[in-house]
This record gives sequence, C-alpha cells and structure tokens, in this order.
Amino acid sequence: MAEHFVQPPAWWWYILGYFFVAGLSGGSYTLATMLRFWGGERDQAIARIGFLVAFPLAVVCGILLTVDLGQPLRFWHMMINTTPGNYGLSFKYWSPISLGTWVLLTYSALSFLSFLEALGALGSLSGAFGRLLNVIGSVLALFIASYTGVVLSVSNQPVWSDTWTLGGLFLASALSGSAALLAWFAHSRPEAASTQRRLLRADGIFALLELLLIVVFFATLAAAGTLSHELAGPWIVIWILVFASLVPPLMDLRHDWRVNPSFSARGRTFTASTAFIVLAGVFLMRLAIIFSAQS
Amino acid sequence: MAEPLGLFTDTSICIGCKACEVACKEWNQLPGNTPQFRDSFDNTGQLDAQNWRHVKFIERMPDEPMTVGNGHAWLMMSDICKHCTHASCLEVCPTQAIIKTEFNTVFIQQDVCNGCRDCIGACPYGAIGFNQDTGTVHKCTMCYDRLQNNMEPACAKACPTQSIQFGKLADLQKKADARLETLKAQGNSDAQLYGRDDAVYGGLGAFFLLMDKPEVYGLPNKENAVLPSRNNAKSYFGALVTAVIAVFAGMVAFRRNGSTGAVDDGDGTRASNG
Repeated sequence: MAEHFVQPPAWWWYILGYFFVAGLSGGSYTLATMLRFWGGERDQAIARIGFLVAFPLAVVCGILLTVDLGQPLRFWHMMINTTPGNYGLSFKYWSPISLGTWVLLTYSALSFLSFLEALGALGSLSGAFGRLLNVIGSVLALFIASYTGVVLSVSNQPVWSDTWTLGGLFLASALSGSAALLAWFAHSRPEAASTQRRLLRADGIFALLELLLIVVFFATLAAAGTLSHELAGPWIVIWILVFASLVPPLMDLRHDWRVNPSFSARGRTFTASTAFIVLAGVFLMRLAIIFSAQS
Repeated sequence: MAEPLGLFTDTSICIGCKACEVACKEWNQLPGNTPQFRDSFDNTGQLDAQNWRHVKFIERMPDEPMTVGNGHAWLMMSDICKHCTHASCLEVCPTQAIIKTEFNTVFIQQDVCNGCRDCIGACPYGAIGFNQDTGTVHKCTMCYDRLQNNMEPACAKACPTQSIQFGKLADLQKKADARLETLKAQGNSDAQLYGRDDAVYGGLGAFFLLMDKPEVYGLPNKENAVLPSRNNAKSYFGALVTAVIAVFAGMVAFRRNGSTGAVDDGDGTRASNG
C-alpha cells in the first residue's frame, strides 16, 4: 500500500462536469465515425448528429476547465511558458494535463471541421480527406474520453494513484453513455430504428466492458488497501446506483444475443429512460471516484 | 548554479515553541488563521497556503515505563516543504510555474501559476495549498528572497534551540551524520535521518532527524516515496487496451450483417428473420 500524506486538490463540480462532458464528446465523435465507416446509408443521419454533438460539448469542456482554474484568464499558461527567460511553448508529455491540453485543442479543431461538414458547410471534406479527418479525430476523441482517468492516476492521491484502470474505465463508460445518448436521438426518428438497435447493442458491449473494468478497479484498490476508502459512507450507495445503471444496457445485450424478435419494439420503448439511466450512471461513477478520494 | 542550500531539522531538540511558524508568517506576510483547538498543542493543523511551517505534536504514550534515553513518547516536528530533488509537484505542473532555483530549492512562480491545483494532489507531504484570494497555490519558498540576499530563512533564524539549521546542503549532511551518531551512542536506536540521502525523492533540500519511523511523523517511507509519473505508462496502456477492445466491439455492433438473426437490407435498415 502506497502510504502518502497528500492533500486533496479540491477538484469538485467543474472537474466532474468536464470529465462527464469530455467523455460524451469523445464518445459521440468516435461512435459517429464508426457509424460512418461501418454503418449503412440510413445510419448516416445519426452519425451526423454524433458529429454535431461532439463539437459543442468540446467547447463546453474548454469552458469548464477554464472556470475551474484559480486564475481563469491564465488558461493559456497551459500552452505558453511565461517563465521569464524561458518563454516558449509549454509541453510536458509526462504530465497528463499538459498533454491533454494540447490534444483537447487539436481535437476541438478537428471536431469543428466535422461539425461544419455535418452541417453541410464543407462538402469537400466528404471524400478521402474527410475520412482521414474522422480517423484522426477519433483517435484524439478516444484520448479525450479516457485521459481524464489518467490525470487522476498520475498523482499521489489515495484511490486514484492506487489503480491503473481509470483511463480504460472512463473510456468504456464514456462510450456507453454516448451510445445511449445517440440512441436517444434516434428515438424520435422512425428511419433510424436500425441505427438505434445497433447503438443499443454497442451500448450493451460497452457496459459489459465497463462492468469488467469496475471489478478490476475494485480489485486493484483492494490490493492497495484503499477499497474501504472508496466504498465508505455514502459512496457505496452511489456505486450501487452505478451498477444499477448498467442493468438496462446489459439487459438489451442479453435480448440481442437471444435473438428476441420482439426486441426491436421493446428496445425502442426502453430507450428514453435507458438513456437517462445510463447517462446518470456515467455521471455518478465519476462523482464517486472524484469525490470519494478527496473526502 | 550556486551550491545547493538546505534546512536540517533536528526533531530531537525541537521544543514545540512555534517560533518558526510565527517567523515564517511575519517574513512572508502570511495571513493569520483562526486557531484550532485540538487534542494537543497543535492549533495550526496542517501545511497549507498560509501555513508554510507547521509544528506537529505527536503524542505516543507507551503503556509500559520507558528507559532513560528512549524518550519518544511525545514527538515534535517542525514540518515544511521538503524541496525534493525529484519533486512530484514540479513533475506534474502543466504550466511550468514550479521550478528549481539556483539554490536547488523548489519555487512556485506566482505570476505563472494558473491555479489548476494538480500539484496539490501530487505532493506526498501535503505541503502545497490553494489560496482563494490569489487564485494560485502556495508553499514554502525557503525564503527565496532572503537567500538571494545572503540571509538565512526566517524559520532557521528564529529557532531558539537550533533545531532548524540552515546552510550548504553538504555541510548540513555532515552535521546530521554526526548528530545521529551521538544519538545512537546514547541509546536512541530508533533515531534516523530522513531525506539525507537520495533514497527519498532523490534527496531532500529540507531533511530531518527523526526519533521514530517516518510514518509516525506523517512522512512516506522510502518504499512509498514514489513519483506520480510511475502510473503514466500502465494507465495509458490500460486505456489503449480498452480503446482497442471498444473499437472492435463497435465494429461488431455496427457491422452491416450481424449474427443476431436480423439481417441488413443493404441500406442500413434491418429486418428480423426470426
């Protein structure tokens, strides 16, 4: 057990909001790219919505990160070294916040291009260049959705630094939430019924991945002797809610695998509430991890 | 670079008078804080943005009578930023506001820091605090302004028992070795130096002579003196593996011809064959 005597960094609601929104932005962009590459013609409407969602959320990410700073007007110090006599770009690849700043900046630019393309304002991007843009954007999106967990782990904070799972866990959760979000957008579009079905199937797989990673997360904390810290007080209730939020997508997956002919109709009636439950789980999981370690 | 300077705190002769705390506050113009009345004589609580020195009172009353020379029943320690050679705070700081000075001390540039607070969660000693008024983080500077003017830090200047000694790091290390030898000869078998060598964060600019194990004083032992970057590779690897699995899962979920009994009609619509 790593015994440290660290103080909490007071990362509260803005950071929680950032972690949540960053996951949805990165997840939506990635899923939109997957639908564009592997989906059919009728999947493209939801793919466009994915790109339309990703960029505004990336903007919200920047706002949340900035207002969380003690000196918001110095947000640019993340990128520019203002040390007298040592002016220049500031980049530390071993600092996840530094690396994440640059990736978020690049991702925001690429997601903006995809946003414009989805609006139909950039017709020339629909060819090979557009696909290349989507691939690169998705790599960055996957990073944005996951690195927030790495930020926590690269510290000496109990719980956070006792595990290597947070990056993967946040990513699986982000993809699950994004799939639920896009499935909800598909809910009111009869022509997107098959897209919704695919998103629900993906959501189920991502939820299964998330469940496995939560188990590994708890195992690593148990090995480090900090599991009781994570589950103390109200946090065990939050974790129970997180587990409950995984049930609907896992049930969808079970229906899907069982080749239930009535699944399509049932899945559609489930979607609005499922989306809310899954998104609440994405939020609460981050809440439990961020807040419990600092309490 | 000038020769490394440092502080050697000999806890065996600390009397808990808190003159160091007061001198630090006076010189650095740190605001006073409402005293906290705790179980012991500690009414500062912890190191933070406005307390850069903190005298810890560690009461360890043994059940059995102690022999002469083993007086570690009530330990006192004037805590401070350790000015680590390999500093966790400096490692994670994204703005490069935290730097090494010409004296090998660790310094936070107030006009560069933007208050992201990453360093607070990285420092294993809890030595950094966030100031709401300035919107930046603060900690001991080892009186950098005094060092630049060939003066000793205020805490060392004020210490009435010479528990806090200032000087060239190499000289202090020799003094510490001699003092440890004396204490050992007197039968203080638990006495030990903390941060004198490079076992703890490459060596500490502010190191200590302790009368018990480091953990007793709230200090990580050398096995636990690890940098945040130790988690970089494995955390990113975990995320990468998850990303690969997720992309594969997406391919399975979004592929046009699934294995669920439903078939794709070729334009993205699906019909059940069940």
